[in-house]
Amino acid sequence: MGASQSAGTEHEFQDLADRTGFSLEQIGNINKRFRQLTNNEETLSREDLASIPALDNNPIRAQIINAFFDKRNLHQNETGTVQEIGFEEFLLVMTHFRPAAMGLTEEERENLRREKLRFLFNMHDTDSDGTITLEEYRWVVEELLSKAGIIGQETAKAIADAAMLEVAGTTRGKMEPDEFYEGITFENFLQILKTFDIETRMHVRFLNMDTATLRCGKSK
Amino acid sequence: MANYCSSSSMVDLWLTTAAAARQHVCFHLIPRLSGVVPESCLLIVVGLLVGGLIKVIGEEPPVLDSQLFFLCLLPPIILDAGYFLPIRPFTENVGTILVFAVIGTLWNAFFVGGLLYALCQIESVGLTSVDLLACLLFGSIVSAVDPVAVLAVFEKIHINELVHILVFGESLLNDAVTVVLYNLFEEFSKVGTVTVLDVFLGVVCFFVVSLGGVLVGAIYGILAAFTSRFTSHTRVIEPLFVFLYSYMAYLSSEMFHLSGIMALIACGVVMRPYVEANISHKSYTTIKYFLKMWSSVSETLIFIFLGVSTVAGPHAWNWTFVIVTVILCLVSRVLGVIGLTFIINKFRIVRLTKKDQFIVAYGGLRGAIAFSLGYLLSSNHQKRNLFLTAIITVIFFTVFVQGMTIRPLVELLAVKRKKESKPSINQEIHTEFLDHLLTGVEGVRGHYGHYHWKEKVNRFNKIYVKRWLIAGENFMEPELIAFYRKMELKQAIMLVESGQLPSALPSTVSMQNIQARATPRLSKKREEEIRRILRSNLQNNKQRMCSFSYSRHTLFDADEEDNVSQVHLRKMERRVSMMKGRMSHYLTVPADRESPRPGVRRVRFESNNQVFSADSVPTAHFEQPSTPRTPDAVSLEEEVPKRRNLKADGGGPRGTVSDSNQGELNYQRLARCLSDPGPNKVENYPFMS
Repeated sequence: MGASQSAGTEHEFQDLADRTGFSLEQIGNINKRFRQLTNNEETLSREDLASIPALDNNPIRAQIINAFFDKRNLHQNETGTVQEIGFEEFLLVMTHFRPAAMGLTEEERENLRREKLRFLFNMHDTDSDGTITLEEYRWVVEELLSKAGIIGQETAKAIADAAMLEVAGTTRGKMEPDEFYEGITFENFLQILKTFDIETRMHVRFLNMDTATLRCGKSK
Repeated sequence: MANYCSSSSMVDLWLTTAAAARQHVCFHLIPRLSGVVPESCLLIVVGLLVGGLIKVIGEEPPVLDSQLFFLCLLPPIILDAGYFLPIRPFTENVGTILVFAVIGTLWNAFFVGGLLYALCQIESVGLTSVDLLACLLFGSIVSAVDPVAVLAVFEKIHINELVHILVFGESLLNDAVTVVLYNLFEEFSKVGTVTVLDVFLGVVCFFVVSLGGVLVGAIYGILAAFTSRFTSHTRVIEPLFVFLYSYMAYLSSEMFHLSGIMALIACGVVMRPYVEANISHKSYTTIKYFLKMWSSVSETLIFIFLGVSTVAGPHAWNWTFVIVTVILCLVSRVLGVIGLTFIINKFRIVRLTKKDQFIVAYGGLRGAIAFSLGYLLSSNHQKRNLFLTAIITVIFFTVFVQGMTIRPLVELLAVKRKKESKPSINQEIHTEFLDHLLTGVEGVRGHYGHYHWKEKVNRFNKIYVKRWLIAGENFMEPELIAFYRKMELKQAIMLVESGQLPSALPSTVSMQNIQARATPRLSKKREEEIRRILRSNLQNNKQRMCSFSYSRHTLFDADEEDNVSQVHLRKMERRVSMMKGRMSHYLTVPADRESPRPGVRRVRFESNNQVFSADSVPTAHFEQPSTPRTPDAVSLEEEVPKRRNLKADGGGPRGTVSDSNQGELNYQRLARCLSDPGPNKVENYPFMS
């Protein structure tokens, strides 16, 4: 699919709409935003995302930006990151934040949960080895508390350790002292966030109407 | 003097009757029945019996005095509801709740009032003297969903959070509408004519009443928060400030004819995060239990008085009117909910399903507020008795019929129930993570949405507001840390206070399992021995303590806490068995202390060759007589936070020395905690790395 070609034709949008589930208007809006972020170029780079002022105060800014360039989120079976993405990849990442449609079957709902939780998991699992180790989890908590100053740093470890213990306790149950718990696998992750209702919580509004975007784009 | 005595002894008698009724009737005499029938029904029946008894004796049964109701009985319930209002689901659904509360109540009032007027025009009913305004007044009284009744019934059915907050939020917020409509129609019916200007003024009045009430409540809430900042030296009266300021908020707004209920809710909501950051743990417990107690007593009294008033009150029974009223209330509620949901679902992301709508409609119970408002009607108001009778009938119908059948219906329809989940640190982490993630994605998306504004409010709160309202350094503390601390403290306390050991629980994991370490181990046999000794000793001590639980509003889920404490115990035992050589030192500490900052998850590693002598363990331990204190001693080892031994370098002697220092630090901290020093100061964390 030629994402590197000049998008904007109805046909391409329709194709994208069918594949991602967005409506044509929504894709049009997202495209507008994409153009705005990239200064009308074809591809989006990390610097483009990094210059969004709304992300300045976000403690997990780096991880969010990384998530857009993570190959695992782009429905590719590889690991690693890319340097730039086109509109189609941008849209693909955004599909993870679509709200759940009405009237889904149980299976569809479960698939949606897995997809969204997979996105979260990929954000935590920075070395792409399929498990969230203690160091990776600590990093997550430290980043979350990074704006909290020195107090945050000291207790971040404690919190991460507590969380790991909880996961291990819930998923593995009784462990012999010499067993070793490598890290949170995706299945464990699903289990501990079972009651989290992710399919109703992890979504952002995508408007159908044209939002004359306010000064929420780049500062230049 | 005799007068005072007699009136206060009357009050006392009533209160005792109420408490006794609740206790015996609801729990002891008819245990099975109370599972089927909600307490409110049972209490009304008790009231009926008492009223009947009084009448038989020949006395005049007291009627629920409206002043008593609005000034004394209602505020505790509303404050309890407002203070413990779950903020997150409330703010996420506030639009829907407002639509139901305002437009839904308006629709109900006009529908019922209008159709009743049409009914009264029919000759055969014999009520042609009732004019439109009177009917509309009646409609406005009987249309509001009552928070007391909703609380009483929904408490037991554990419906899912969304539906619960919708019905409950609606019952709280519709007070403004009810107040305005009631006063308006009463004024109008005195004057006799209504002009367009009056209607316009009515709308303005509504905004003034509701927003004014919220403003008054918020002001008092901020005052209370500000006061609590300075109460570090007078901890004992902290709860008093909370109650006083809230009651003042209620009284002030009622004085200005604003909505008292909304003021109370706003006060509780605004006050809570700051007050809880400032007050001590004991004050927090006091506030919680007093609120539950007062609201429980109030609720009991209200329902009993409802029963008594039914027996007492002057009745004017008109079959048609009453039955049509009941039917109309039901119909209007159902139609209103369906219609409004249809519109609302266009704007909601998480749509309301048919089942949700049904429960929302069916859960629209009327209660004592309607009765009191009816009672407040001036006695020369025509048809007052008729109205009162109809109101009582509607209340009885909704409370008895709907209240009793809602639970089987919920089960029959397989409506989603509340997910019982323990507070989990993972969920908390991910809640916060998700918040930031969604805010970020909204930023990327370019659309200022829900999360963006929430983030802005949070930042404003953090930077400006918390600085003024929270004592000491605590205002810098992020929520995640506060949550973690609360959880640890709670677990430590539970560990100390919980009761019997249940049978085998899935044991869990210690840090050791998570960290890959090659540690020389105690011989298994030694470990087992130690573990057995510790366990038996713990068991002896635990049996001496009692577990307690409260049922009202799920104060204390004893089973759940026990399980957690069990898990905790096992963890502890495991870790205790790993320790070498320091045990004796810790175990000799006489402790009636709780750890304020248990670093429970930390395990210390002596990476090498300290010889462990099993003798030191039993001696120290058994020298402590089996007082309730000893488990503290055991827990102390666990609570001693460990240092960098978590890293892969050798712990060695350096580790041991630092640990003893930590031990001292910890004991001092414990002593301070027991003398109720307030929320734990942040700077006590230096040992944590």
